[in-house]
Amino acid sequence: MGTLTLYMQYIVNGLTLGAIYSLIALGYTMVYGILKFINFAHGDILMVGAFIGLIIYNALTGGEAADPSAWTLIAFFISMLISMASCAVLGMVIERIAYKPLRNANRLAPLLSAIGVSFILSNGAAWIFGTQSRRFPYPFENTPIHIGGISITPHQIVMVVVSVAMMLLLTFFVNKTRMGKAMRACSLDQSTSMLMGINVNRVISLTFAIGSALAAVGGMLAAFDFRVYPSMGTMTGLKAFVAAVIGGIGNIQGAMIGGILLGILEAVGAPLLHIPNGMRDTVAFAVLIIVLLVKPDGILGKNEREKV
Amino acid sequence: MAEILKINDISVSYGSIRALSNVSMSVDEGAVVSLIGANGAGKSTLLKAIVGLEPLKNGSISFDGEVIAQTKHHGSLSTDLIARRGIALVPEGRHVFADMTVEENLDMGAFMVRDQELINKRKEEMYEFFPILGARKKQKTRSLSGGEQQMMAIARALMSSPRLLLLDEPGLGLAPLVVQDIFNKIRIINQENKVTVFLVEQNARLALRSSSYGYVLENGKIVLEDKGEALLMNERVQKAYLGA
Repeated sequence: MGTLTLYMQYIVNGLTLGAIYSLIALGYTMVYGILKFINFAHGDILMVGAFIGLIIYNALTGGEAADPSAWTLIAFFISMLISMASCAVLGMVIERIAYKPLRNANRLAPLLSAIGVSFILSNGAAWIFGTQSRRFPYPFENTPIHIGGISITPHQIVMVVVSVAMMLLLTFFVNKTRMGKAMRACSLDQSTSMLMGINVNRVISLTFAIGSALAAVGGMLAAFDFRVYPSMGTMTGLKAFVAAVIGGIGNIQGAMIGGILLGILEAVGAPLLHIPNGMRDTVAFAVLIIVLLVKPDGILGKNEREKV
Repeated sequence: MAEILKINDISVSYGSIRALSNVSMSVDEGAVVSLIGANGAGKSTLLKAIVGLEPLKNGSISFDGEVIAQTKHHGSLSTDLIARRGIALVPEGRHVFADMTVEENLDMGAFMVRDQELINKRKEEMYEFFPILGARKKQKTRSLSGGEQQMMAIARALMSSPRLLLLDEPGLGLAPLVVQDIFNKIRIINQENKVTVFLVEQNARLALRSSSYGYVLENGKIVLEDKGEALLMNERVQKAYLGA
């Protein structure tokens, strides 16, 4: 395989990985946009999403034993919907119990609370499911397709198609619907939003619900590659957070771009710089440091002043 | 005329600093009432208290005969619920949603209206009333001039067709001709749309000329109240606020 083809292959791999980062980064960025707070438990939501998805999928199909068929694919999407709904509820409950009472407290308080929630979720999962990792069986034949020397798996296609569909839905929601616009209004100016009759608490709940549902999708799509285990959300969540910062935290398009970019940089950067496999994660954080030094507000972060 | 807004002996403090002390006043339905006073007299605080953005230390505020704000342990309505009763505030400094277009700002003003046809109709009325907004409806509000943003903020407040419109320094920082234009619009809103207006202004002459009744606020206390034209002739007002 020629070097160019090899790197094309890395880019394709990075793109699919990046799509997942984007989905998860959206949850960080939307919550930050409204509450100016980093929800460090967000990564663990994706783990919960993967577990719920796996349990439902296994219950519907019989798990490993089932051969991929139309039914397994349908079952996969059914379990995804149930996982999204469950995580949406979980996200709202967490906000209500662990963050809302601290909204007027010191800025550090909700952050610490989030770290606490993160431990509760991952340790709770370890307690219930054990610490061994589980395989998420492919609901479709995962035989790679070859296009000009580049191999693409159906799994990668599903990752990209589902992620892009989710992002398009979200873009439509925030730009065209009444509640979506209210969400943007709240992230721009909360007290003025209240003057419009917008119930800010409801908008915040909705933000957590949507972010957590997207994390559930991300968790399930990641599960095929990364397997399912209680601490699976930690590194992926952290990298998605890096992606949100790279794109400009608080900016929805920024999170989408940041995720894809980080995925590609990681997939291309590691072989390019001869970084050994166990050290691959350093790429993401090196990129973070560079972005923070060069453009602290991220790619789409705004530095403009409001006109007074 | 029926009293639409009644402020009953309210006080507001910021920590140990008293911003309003035992303020009482009322606004009649259909009237234009103004509150004049120097910078820091507590004018904006009063408007914020009416919409529930500042908690009361004592006293109460009633709208249309029902208490909307009182002391903490008696319980007050939240700001969004006060807005739903029919009070719209155009805040000082406009507070437009700068990253949203003019049209989206108007949509937010109509958040409480669930009828899309009615929203579209009102938007058209606003574009007619403020032609400059119609010309810029797809532009980010950030790109508008100060005067245009002020009109945008007023139009946004009118989208919910409020019964009481509160205006905080609508003329602040704007060219005299633009201020004149805005006050003309306010008069039309009051007379043709039958919206009760309560405005706070540093430009006392303009405010009192457009008002049927006025109050003078100094250091958090109401020191004077009378009909608009009577206050214009008042010696103390002339000395302190009209530069005569």
